[in-house]
Amino acid sequence: MSETITFTIDGVEVKGKAGQTIMQAADGAGIYIPRLCYLEGCEPFASCRVCTVIVNGRPQAACTQPIAPGIVVENNTPEVTQIRKDIIEMMFVEGNHFCPVCDKSGNCELQAIAYRLGILVPKFPYLFPVRELDASHPYIFIDQNRCILCGRCVQASRDIDGKHVFDFVGRGPEKKIRVNAAARLADTDLDITDKACDVCPVGAILKKGVGYAVPIGQRLYDKQPIGSDIEANANK
Amino acid sequence: MNTSSANLKKIVIEPVTRVEGHGKVTILLDEKNKVHQARLHVVEFRGFERFVLGRPYWEMPVLVQRLCGICPVSHHLAAAKAMDIVVGVDKLTPTAEKMRRLMHYGQTFQSHSLHFFHLCSPDLLFGFDADPAIRNVIGVAQKFPDLAVQGVMMRKYGQEVIKVTAGKKIHGTGAIPGGINKNLSIEERDVLLREIDQMVAWAQGALKVAKDYSVENLEKVIPFGSFESNHLSLIREDGAMDLYHGNLRAIDAQGNKIFDQVDYQNYLDYINEEVRDYSYMKFPFIKALGTQDGWYRVGPLARVNTADFIDTPLAEAARKEFMAVTDGKPNNLTLAYHWARMIENLHAIEKIQDLLNDPDLQGKGLVVKGERRGEGVGLIEAPRGTLFHHYRVDENDQVTMANLIVSTTNNNEPMNRAVQKVAMDHLDGAPEITEGLLNHIEVAIRAYDPCLSCATHAMGQMPLEVSLIDCEGKLIDKKSNR
Repeated sequence: MSETITFTIDGVEVKGKAGQTIMQAADGAGIYIPRLCYLEGCEPFASCRVCTVIVNGRPQAACTQPIAPGIVVENNTPEVTQIRKDIIEMMFVEGNHFCPVCDKSGNCELQAIAYRLGILVPKFPYLFPVRELDASHPYIFIDQNRCILCGRCVQASRDIDGKHVFDFVGRGPEKKIRVNAAARLADTDLDITDKACDVCPVGAILKKGVGYAVPIGQRLYDKQPIGSDIEANANK
Repeated sequence: MNTSSANLKKIVIEPVTRVEGHGKVTILLDEKNKVHQARLHVVEFRGFERFVLGRPYWEMPVLVQRLCGICPVSHHLAAAKAMDIVVGVDKLTPTAEKMRRLMHYGQTFQSHSLHFFHLCSPDLLFGFDADPAIRNVIGVAQKFPDLAVQGVMMRKYGQEVIKVTAGKKIHGTGAIPGGINKNLSIEERDVLLREIDQMVAWAQGALKVAKDYSVENLEKVIPFGSFESNHLSLIREDGAMDLYHGNLRAIDAQGNKIFDQVDYQNYLDYINEEVRDYSYMKFPFIKALGTQDGWYRVGPLARVNTADFIDTPLAEAARKEFMAVTDGKPNNLTLAYHWARMIENLHAIEKIQDLLNDPDLQGKGLVVKGERRGEGVGLIEAPRGTLFHHYRVDENDQVTMANLIVSTTNNNEPMNRAVQKVAMDHLDGAPEITEGLLNHIEVAIRAYDPCLSCATHAMGQMPLEVSLIDCEGKLIDKKSNR
């Protein structure tokens, strides 16, 4: 049997198993830690930093930081919430996120976390970057305006689909997702059934023609805030 | 008209108040206050036709409705109708079409109620040149509290109809290419049915207010901003008024048909637009008649004029009464828009009543699929008139062309004519240009219920600033209500 490790999150005693990350142990205990790049079944690589927690006084990514006996984790505190809000707000201003007309609205994890954190208007100036669309594929539409560079599509295509359709190119402000083809998504071997088509947390990779088929009020985060499924574990 | 001669003064009404959007009026007067020119300028730029390019077609109904916060449903549905054609669907399921109709009648009811009670009733109830401190919606609420409450509650009811069909009261997502994304639950239906009789009664009361005003003030109504014009609207195949769907009919001022039952997919064969340098709003006209004679009215007055009948009993009785005033000929009186608008309001609530009792609204068939096409046109009779949406979509599903002729654009020339007529009749030679006289100009514009920008930000109190400027641009006098 794995060794049981006891530590605290926001003063609440949590038990996890040796080798687990803080996020895994928190999930098991019904404590929600926001995340965007984390993809179950793939190796976490802590790119989005939305899961930042403070561990014994130091900021750490909960998706990669292993638990240890007696560590003191701060999760739902004003200081941590402010860090996360700043990160989320920067994601909004770095891209072109027009939630009112985005077909991902209501099912978007970025939007849902923003609602959960109480973000109304970003305090940072909008950058309004010029981003590309790729509508060449018959079933999948890529809108780089909404990409937050979480890398889920890169991981899913490489580690689950075994195709390597997506990858990062460039550095810093020039960093972007590129497809494994000379120019267009249509020239890759991406298939609509690929996992990579289902993992985008925002509206950057969308299935064509689906649009607004789910009415307002019945979309994923219309019913309950993001993280509610994890928090339901607390009562089990 | 010569506008460059010396000693002309320019009066600017900017912005025009109690209308949707921003516009201004300029009036050129000579030393004896004789009117040389009066024009309505729309000073906002609308870039939707440009920035929808490249976006996927299914976004259009949700994206373009952001043009407006007053009647977004009209843009939502016109775009959805165009996209029905694009996805190869010529006929919706009964549930989808009736849900869309319910949404549209809810939209018409709330928009017409808003305009009548909030925007124009102060002029009708207090007089065009009454004290502006009273001549507003607060003044109406104080002196006619029952009427004001009815206006608020009727608008609310219309918004509730929109909410259960589109998901939200403003900027919902109900209509999707090929259909609708929800039906009407029994619970939603029953909530609306509880108040429907009251709404019909109040709509009859509002119609009576509008009719009585017109009949009792006929001597004032007949000449006020009035002129003969062509009229254009959608019409059902049997000649009935149909606010959601039909073919195009245009008639002249005497009621002779210019064209009839034209499939609106071919609208470009019949309608063209002229650009003039003083306004961002184009001037549409009937191609066959040219720019001089081809301009036309749209909206409630045009629709009541073009219709052979209305298929709901109370509104049809009201239409007959309305048409009797002009012996069955088209009514060309600008102020008659209010009466016609309230006939439509009654029609809309009668239609809502019928639809709420229709079991098709609980049907399960919501969407139809077809063979993709490269182009689609969607027309609808928006509260303010015929609304045109036209899109081309490439093989990658991206929009490559969009052309929108919004309702108010169709009324551009008539509004300018009304402004000119009222300026000539009321300001020409007046010893003093008072606020009350200038409000006459705005009353004429308001009759058309223009949505000058199709924008949300024009509701409520807006500043009115009037500047009297001489021909060299020197400010002589300035008045403001702020």
